[in-house]
Amino acid sequence: MPKSLYVHVPFCEQICHYCDFNKFFLKNQPIDEYLELCASEMEKTVHSFPTDEGISTIYIGGGTPTSISTHQLQYLLAKVKQHFFLAENVEFTVEVNPGSADEEKMAMLYEMGVNRLSIGAQTFDENLLKAINRDHEAKDVEKTVELARRVGINNLSIDMMFGLPRQTMSQWKSSLEIVCQMPIQHISAYSLKVEEKTVFYQLLRKGKLPMPGQETEAEMYEYMLEKLNENGFHHYEISNFAKEGRQSLHNLTYWNNEEYYGIGAGAHSYMDGVRRANHGPLPKYMNALKNNELPYFEEHVVPTMEKMEEQMFMGLRKRNGVSIQEFQKKFGKDVYEVFPQVIEKLKKNLLLEEDKGRVKLTNKGLLLGNEVFEKFLLGE
Amino acid sequence: MKPEDRIKRRDKIRNFSIIAHIDHGKSTLADRILEKTSALTQREMKDQMLDAMDLERERGITIKLNAVQLTYKANDGEEYIFHLIDTPGHVDFAYEVSRSLAACEGALLIVDAAQGIEAQTLANVYLALDNDLEILPVINKIDLPSAEPERVKQEVEDVIGLPMDEALLASAKNGVGIEEILESVVKNVPAPSGDPEAPLKAMIFDSLYDPYRGVIVYIRIMEGTVKPGEKIKMMQTEKEFEVQEIGVFTPKPVNKDELTVGDVGYMIAGIKNVSDSRVGDTVTHAHRQTAEAMPGYRKLNPMVFCGLYPVDTNDYIALREALEKLELNDAALQFEAETSQALGFGFRCGFLGLLHMEIIQERIEREFNIDLITTAPSVVYEVFQTDGETLRIDNPSEMPEAQKIEYVLEPYVKAEVMVPNEYVGPVMELCQRKRGNYIDMKYFDANRVNLIYELPLSEIVYDFFDTMKSSTKGYASFDYELIDYKESNLVKMDILMNGDKIDALSIVVHRDSAYERGKNVVEKLKELIPRQQFEVPIQATIGQKVIARSTIKAMRKNVLAKCYGGDISRKRKLLEKQKEGKKRMKTVGNVEVPQEAFMSVLSMDENK
Repeated sequence: MPKSLYVHVPFCEQICHYCDFNKFFLKNQPIDEYLELCASEMEKTVHSFPTDEGISTIYIGGGTPTSISTHQLQYLLAKVKQHFFLAENVEFTVEVNPGSADEEKMAMLYEMGVNRLSIGAQTFDENLLKAINRDHEAKDVEKTVELARRVGINNLSIDMMFGLPRQTMSQWKSSLEIVCQMPIQHISAYSLKVEEKTVFYQLLRKGKLPMPGQETEAEMYEYMLEKLNENGFHHYEISNFAKEGRQSLHNLTYWNNEEYYGIGAGAHSYMDGVRRANHGPLPKYMNALKNNELPYFEEHVVPTMEKMEEQMFMGLRKRNGVSIQEFQKKFGKDVYEVFPQVIEKLKKNLLLEEDKGRVKLTNKGLLLGNEVFEKFLLGE
Repeated sequence: MKPEDRIKRRDKIRNFSIIAHIDHGKSTLADRILEKTSALTQREMKDQMLDAMDLERERGITIKLNAVQLTYKANDGEEYIFHLIDTPGHVDFAYEVSRSLAACEGALLIVDAAQGIEAQTLANVYLALDNDLEILPVINKIDLPSAEPERVKQEVEDVIGLPMDEALLASAKNGVGIEEILESVVKNVPAPSGDPEAPLKAMIFDSLYDPYRGVIVYIRIMEGTVKPGEKIKMMQTEKEFEVQEIGVFTPKPVNKDELTVGDVGYMIAGIKNVSDSRVGDTVTHAHRQTAEAMPGYRKLNPMVFCGLYPVDTNDYIALREALEKLELNDAALQFEAETSQALGFGFRCGFLGLLHMEIIQERIEREFNIDLITTAPSVVYEVFQTDGETLRIDNPSEMPEAQKIEYVLEPYVKAEVMVPNEYVGPVMELCQRKRGNYIDMKYFDANRVNLIYELPLSEIVYDFFDTMKSSTKGYASFDYELIDYKESNLVKMDILMNGDKIDALSIVVHRDSAYERGKNVVEKLKELIPRQQFEVPIQATIGQKVIARSTIKAMRKNVLAKCYGGDISRKRKLLEKQKEGKKRMKTVGNVEVPQEAFMSVLSMDENK
């Protein structure tokens, strides 16, 4: 039964060159109507998939949730609280674009119970910020952090990106230097992956996107592990680092292969063993709800085999890997029997190791995660 | 038919074919002749009727021979029976051409009024002379502004030595001169001789496999008469069959009660395989055999070999079936199963020449929908070993170790390149680079030169045509014939990946060009093979000696460091795609190599 909730706000004031998430240029969009329909999706969802436990993590993501007005965002958060029963210590995260939340909006977030922000800094190099088409400046990050702390939101995460076009090692180092000085608790660091239907994809195809290359990317990653470790950020997932006790509980839901609600256009959910994807295009999403239907675009009943595969390729993303005992408890099977020879071979290749009853990536395996995960797909 | 009727009929028959270079208008002329002789109504008339297969149409050449029976009412008021026999236009099929010419008494020699004689025309004229055909020269395309019929006539006289005073002028495209050509055929092409009552002697000049009827044999009756129900025998293969059906093409197949002297038509006799009805073989009656078979029969030996492998290993059986089907139709195609460590299960195939090879490859890909990996074409080397043993090697990977080899012979061809003056330089340069020996250079006129070189066949199969075409803007015409085996300083070059030899990439190469070839291959592989989890050295070696090397660096990073939120299925798809990609790779040693890398290296030419 889901204990987590994701809500998607698919609007942005500016579209980043790398972004292929479900998002729409804000101007002239039927935002109010969208939010109302989100509320009705919440109501229907809770009705169809009730849970007797409280929601322990909420993540409002986008798009740019803070691109809509204070009033609109407040409406959405109120609807979340109206339809879902929140656990006492709920982790309540909102994605924030640096500079996009003024004091009033920030105070409202705090008032509504938001206790964690994920701030999309990406880089502190002004030229790179322009090159990836972010609509903030480096100094906005610090301002946002200060503002959040002033209104009382103290659990802060910053998103960083490396392997950006033309990004040099020294640019990356100085960005990390800045972020380490900030009073934050969590860092997510993603490497750029050029996806179809983005400006970057167009450029790449035309040979006009000078990517740093595998070597540099690997060096950037390795440098980051060292640097963040020195500064007290514990590496707990391939791309995530946290101060003691400040891991992202919401994202751990995904990595632990647990269930979650997903509300909004293009949102994904995992309820009662079924993975679903909502319609992405606004008219489709909204029409479905207007017709009093749940806005599902895809539904996939996950067979046990796939569940076990997912337990591994998601779970191994965590630095402490997958517990053999938990696997046994969840599926009633021994992980070595389910994946005959897979773990053994990967251990032999020094990509996996077993420690205190947990199977996990080695340091070498960390950089070659996909090579490892692939081996846990047994189906044709 | 009564014996005297058969004689009467025989004397009204004219069998002829058309000799022309590609583009000189053979097909158009054939179409005009079909029109004039009312073989087809306009509605049935399909442009360029004789080029049946799509592939032929596209390449503008005729691969399969065809024979059409036509009736022509001549100016003398008599009705004549024409058999127009089509011939393939390429050197690879010289033998087939010679057999279809042997089925004729005459040939129309078509020469383009603007371009003059081309290399292939010449080769076919000599084949026609060998067969003692009456050659009727026709200067075609006289409608072109650039036409110079008088100059071309002079050229034909000078080069071939044929008297041109009676040469006909025509424009097949505009229908000019067609009637004159037909009248000339009546007047000048001799009627067949041969006794209709003698024992049957018929020559096979082509055969075709039909999935419903079995092999359809194209025959020309030289002596005797054949009827359905009779027992016949193939004199070379000694196979016996019972005739089920005989007939002629008009061009639609029309069955007949008998075929007699001079007739050109088809025979169906429950033959399962074209190799039982080889081109050039003589058909006779099983119980009343002719004394002597037709001269000139030859069992064709492939000159060029290559390995054909399915890109998708699951297509192996389908590939075998495709080859078997093509073999039904093509007695010159040879194949046997072979296994390559690098490419898996496939077939070693032998072809008459490069064009033949390309046609077979294309047909497998198009008609049977099988993607192929083709290894570099190889010729047959004669290897004399130190122990006195002699080997014939058609697969470079089977070349013995250098120290066991006393010397190696390779096939040489005599090549004629006809080329406008201004391109003589580039062609000579190419021939020199390809280890050619200059033999002669003849000027046809102030503008056109015939260059004669002796070249190793192996150099022609590697990137010769394309280079020649591009360096002469397509103006050169080229022909070659096998002349001899000669000793050469040849070495076997192997490609090693992570220390393991990749058999499919071994080539036999002249020592002087080994370094260059080796360097190209290792660089290309480095470019195309994705990084592995370990560093992979690639080496080109001759014996123990490394002549070129490159290194694929170890994979440094392959991990999705991106947030897809709750979209787990996307992560799954990404991993599935990666896994799928690896499935399509061949594991050589412990290196995963994409098919494209093999294909690209194998198709690599030196200009790229």
